[in-house]
Amino acid sequence: MAQIEILESPSQSPPPPQVHGGERKWTDYFTFSTDHKVIGIQYMVTGFIFYLIGGIFAIMMRTELATPEPDFVSPEVYNGLMTLHGTIMLFLWIVPVGAGLANYLIPLMIGARDMAFPRLNAIAFWMIPPSGLLLAVSYFFGPPTAGWTSYPPLSVNTGLVGEGIWILSILIGGTSSILGGLNFSVTMLKMRIPGMTLFKMPLFCWAMLATSMLILIGTPVLAGALILLAFDLFAGTPFFNAAGGGDPVVFQHLFWFYSHPAVYIFVLPLFGAISDVIPVHARKPIFGYQAIAFSSFAISFLGLIVWAHHMFTSGTPPWLRMFFMITTMIIAVPTGIKIFGWLATLWRGKIAYTTAMLFSLGFIATFVIGGVTGVMLAAVPFDIHVHDTYFIVAHFHYILFGGAVFGVYMAVYHWFPKMTGHMLNEFWGRVHFALTFVGMNLTFMPMHELGLMGMNRRVALFDPQFTDLNVMATIGAYLTAVSTIPFLINAIWSWRYGPKAPANPWRALTLEWQTTSPPAIENFEELPVMKTGPYDYGLGYIPEIDPPELYGKKVSEPAAS
Amino acid sequence: MQGSISDTAESTLNIAQETGVVDHHEEHPDHRLFGVAVFLGAETMIFLGLFSAFLAYRLSAPVWPPEGTPGGLELFLPGINTLILISSSFVIHQADTAIKQNDVGGMQKWFAITVAMGATFLAGQLYEYHHLEFGLTTNIFSSAFYTLTGFHGLHVFVGLLLMLAVLWRSRTPGHYSNESHFGVEAVELYWHFVDVVWIVLFFLLYIL
Repeated sequence: MAQIEILESPSQSPPPPQVHGGERKWTDYFTFSTDHKVIGIQYMVTGFIFYLIGGIFAIMMRTELATPEPDFVSPEVYNGLMTLHGTIMLFLWIVPVGAGLANYLIPLMIGARDMAFPRLNAIAFWMIPPSGLLLAVSYFFGPPTAGWTSYPPLSVNTGLVGEGIWILSILIGGTSSILGGLNFSVTMLKMRIPGMTLFKMPLFCWAMLATSMLILIGTPVLAGALILLAFDLFAGTPFFNAAGGGDPVVFQHLFWFYSHPAVYIFVLPLFGAISDVIPVHARKPIFGYQAIAFSSFAISFLGLIVWAHHMFTSGTPPWLRMFFMITTMIIAVPTGIKIFGWLATLWRGKIAYTTAMLFSLGFIATFVIGGVTGVMLAAVPFDIHVHDTYFIVAHFHYILFGGAVFGVYMAVYHWFPKMTGHMLNEFWGRVHFALTFVGMNLTFMPMHELGLMGMNRRVALFDPQFTDLNVMATIGAYLTAVSTIPFLINAIWSWRYGPKAPANPWRALTLEWQTTSPPAIENFEELPVMKTGPYDYGLGYIPEIDPPELYGKKVSEPAAS
Repeated sequence: MQGSISDTAESTLNIAQETGVVDHHEEHPDHRLFGVAVFLGAETMIFLGLFSAFLAYRLSAPVWPPEGTPGGLELFLPGINTLILISSSFVIHQADTAIKQNDVGGMQKWFAITVAMGATFLAGQLYEYHHLEFGLTTNIFSSAFYTLTGFHGLHVFVGLLLMLAVLWRSRTPGHYSNESHFGVEAVELYWHFVDVVWIVLFFLLYIL
C-alpha cells in the first residue's frame, strides 16, 4: 500500500485516518440521493437486476428452442419473451449500466465534486425503475409481441395493452437517457479541474462525450416516432398505415435513426472504459491517445448516417443502399483504430492477468468477431441473403454480449474496489470469466451457421434439421446463466466481507484513484492536482522505488506520446 | 439572445478561472442556462424527426392535401397568430433587458404581456381547430396537421406555465435581480425556441 503515499504530494500530511470513511449505509441506495456515486451504483445495480430478468427470458427462449416443436411455451408466449428480452436488455440493462458507470466515474475522473445538475441526475435515475417494472410486469397480462423494433403494421395489430406499455416504457426510459446525456456533457465540458484540458481527460470521458452527443441527437427522434406510433395505435391515425396514405417505412427510418446510433450508445462507454483499464493493467501509456479520442467522435458521426443498412430489404432504392453500404463499411475504420490502439498498448506491456484484464481481452476477441460479421452484413447482397436469420442474431450478440457485457464486467472488476472499498475475489473472478467466455461462444457461434443455413430469427418453431446446433446453443445459454452465479456471490460477499481496498490498488494514474476507497461524500478532501497525464505509465520511473520528487519532476514536462 | 448565452458562458469561464477551486464547494458556477440550451437542442431533434416524417408524406403524395380533404387551411387567422407569436419574442426580450437593470416591475409587466400574447395564440389555434372541416383521422394530411400543431401547442402551453411560475416567484422581493435571473433567461430562451419551431411549422404546413 506504499503507492498511496507516492501519489500524495510530499508536502501533504499523511492520508486521513478514515481511509474507509466514504462508505454509505445500504439504506442510502433506496433514497432519492443526489450524490452521483450513489446514483451510479443505483443505476448499475438496477441495470443488473434487469439483466437477470432479461436473462431469465433468454433462458426460457433457449429452452423452447432446444426442440423444433413448441413444447415449452406457445409461439405467442415466445413472441412476448423475445420482445421483452430484447427491450429489457437494451433499454434497461445496457443503457442504464453505461449511464451508471458514467455517473460514478465522470465527476471523479475530472476532479469535480458532483455532476452539474445533481437533482436532475436523481430524477433521471428514478425514471428507470417504473419504466422497467412496466415492461417486466407486462409479461403477466398481454406482453408486447412485435419484437424490440416494434415495426408497424405488426405492432399496431397485436394487442393494445402490451404495445401501449412498450411505448410508454421506452418514452420514460428515453427521457431518462436524454437527461443523463445532458448532465454528462455539461459536467464534462464545464466542470473539469483547472489545468485539465479536453486532451488531458481520461479516454472514458471522451467516449462519454461522444455517447452523450448521440443520446441527445438520436433519442428525441425515437420519441417522435413513438408518439406517432401511439397515435396510430390509440387514435387510429394513418401515419404508418399505407391504406390511409401513410408509410410503414417512415417508422423504420425514424426508429433506426435512433436505434443504430443506439448500438454505439451501448458500446462506446465500454470502449472508453477499456481504454482506461488496459493501460493500467499493462503498465504502458495508451497507444494513440488522440486517435482513440477522435475515433469516438468519428464513430458517433458516422453512426448517425448508417441507419438504413437495417432496411436493405425494405424497398430502399439501390442508390441509397449504396450510400449506406459505404458509410457502414467506413465505420469499421475508426473502430479498427481503437482496437489497434488497445492491441498496441498491450504489445510489450507488463500485462497483469487480473480479472479486469481477462475481461478486456475477452471483450476485444469477441468484439472483433462481431465487427467482422458487421462488415460482412454491410455488403448489400450478403445482407439480403441472411436478412432476418440467426446470422444477424449471432452478429449483434457478439457486439452486445461480447462487447458491452464483457465490457461491463471488466469495468466492475476494475472499479469495484473504488466503488465499494472492498476487493473482489480474483479466483472466482477468473472462474466467472472462463464460464462466461465459453458459454457465450457456445451460445452464439453456432448461430452463424444456423443463419447461413437459413434459420429464421424471431420464430418459436424451426425445421428439425437445425436441431443439433440449437441444442448446442441452448447448452451454451445455460452455461452463461450459470456463469453469473460466481459473479453474484463474489460481488455480494466481497461488498460485505471482502478485504479492504487501498485507495489505489491498481496503481492507476487517473484522478478517481487519488481519493479514498470509497470516496468521501464530496469526492475529494482537497481537490486533486493533475501531477501526470492520465496514461503516463512506465515512462522511465518505477513508482514503488523512485522517490516521489522524481515522479513529480518527470511528469511536469509534457509527456511524449 | 445569442449574445446573452455566450456572455453567460464566458463569465462562467472567467469565474472558474479566477476563483479556481475555492468556491467550488458551496456555490459552483452556474451551468443551468447552458444545460437549458443543450436540452432545447435535444427538443429540436424531436421536431426535426416529426418534420422529416411530414416531408416524407408530403413529398411522396401525388396531391397535397390528398384528394377528398374537406375544406382546407385558411391563411388569414394563422397568419395573424404567427405575427403575434413572433412579436412576443421581442416582448419577452424586453423583460430580460428590464431584469438586467434590476427592474423587477418591468420584467413582470413584459412577462404578463407575453403570457397574454401566448394565450391569444393558443386561443386562435383552438378557434382554428374548431372551424376546420377535417378531423384527426380524416387522412394523412389532417393527422399530420393536428399532431404537429398540437405538439407545438403543447410546448406553447408549457411556456405559459413557465412564465406564470416566474411571475409567481417574482412576488418574493429579491428573488430575481440583475445578478440572479436564471429563471427569466431560461424561459426567454425556451420561448424563442417555441417561436422558431412555429416559423418552420407554419412554412411547412401552410405555405409549402
